[in-house]
Amino acid sequence: MNAIQFVENDLSSNNNIPDFKAGDTIAVDYKIKEGNKERIQTFQGVVLQRRSSGNTETFTVRKMSGSVGVERIFACNSPFIEGIKVTKKGHVRRARIFYLRDLTGKSARIKEKIVVKK
Amino acid sequence: MPGIIGKKIGMTSVFSAEGKNIPCTVIEAGPCVVTQVKTSEVDGYEAIQLGYGERKEKRTSAAMKGHFKKAGTTPKIKTIEFKGFEDKKVGDSVDVSLFAEGEWVDVTGTSKGKGFQGVVKRHGFAGVGGQTHGQHNRLRAPGSIGAASTPSRVMKGMRMAGQMGGVRVTTENLEVVKVYPEKNLIVLKGSVPGAKGSIVTINK
Repeated sequence: MNAIQFVENDLSSNNNIPDFKAGDTIAVDYKIKEGNKERIQTFQGVVLQRRSSGNTETFTVRKMSGSVGVERIFACNSPFIEGIKVTKKGHVRRARIFYLRDLTGKSARIKEKIVVKK
Repeated sequence: MPGIIGKKIGMTSVFSAEGKNIPCTVIEAGPCVVTQVKTSEVDGYEAIQLGYGERKEKRTSAAMKGHFKKAGTTPKIKTIEFKGFEDKKVGDSVDVSLFAEGEWVDVTGTSKGKGFQGVVKRHGFAGVGGQTHGQHNRLRAPGSIGAASTPSRVMKGMRMAGQMGGVRVTTENLEVVKVYPEKNLIVLKGSVPGAKGSIVTINK
């Protein structure tokens, strides 16, 4: 184990996030502080990418709010992430699906990946 | 000020208790050995010389071999003088437990070389700013460097293009996030000059 990994393991909270990648549809439960009250907001959308590694890993989620696209970047190890639910596995051919930003309507759909259980 | 020699390992980020994402630099610091003690009677000033990192015997010059033999240690890759240490004898070791969490330190190192750079990158000039009004290949040019007949020369220290980086740089007031004496590691908040694997000194 190198020194960076040692420090990350020691200092980070280490969220147990489920296995997902670009093209999947996920719902992120995110804690929001308002004054001294805390509530949970859910952000559901398609994962565009996962980038970096270790403690600095982040993922980008895109959803359509009406006709406007909204993107949010979450840190994988953020203490504000309450939980992540993978609602749909998508079949895409790349690790970063930025082409989705230019597509609307029917063409912006992502084929569902059929997981064959062995 | 007392300090220690180390090697920059790299950067990462950790979340604080309040949920803030803190950028951190990990430095492998020490253990260092006192290779020489300078006194005001002999040398005219008080200081100690610390040695860090193992150097191969065959890569060490005869003069340096003798110097390390006198201190009773193996050859070191880097020796640097520090002031402010008290009661240190030749052969004593200094490790990272010199620092404590929450302290503020200065880190000195050699910055990454950027090569020959123009004034926009090197000195933060704004460039011309527009592409029209007859501008042609002047977008990143420095502009006027002085007046004409008086003083009829360019002022000394005029900021121009040239070599950037690869010089000694000190970053001041970095907070110590965590110290691991058993692993000789120190974690600082913020960035530190130099590339990964370069030698840096951490001063109190």
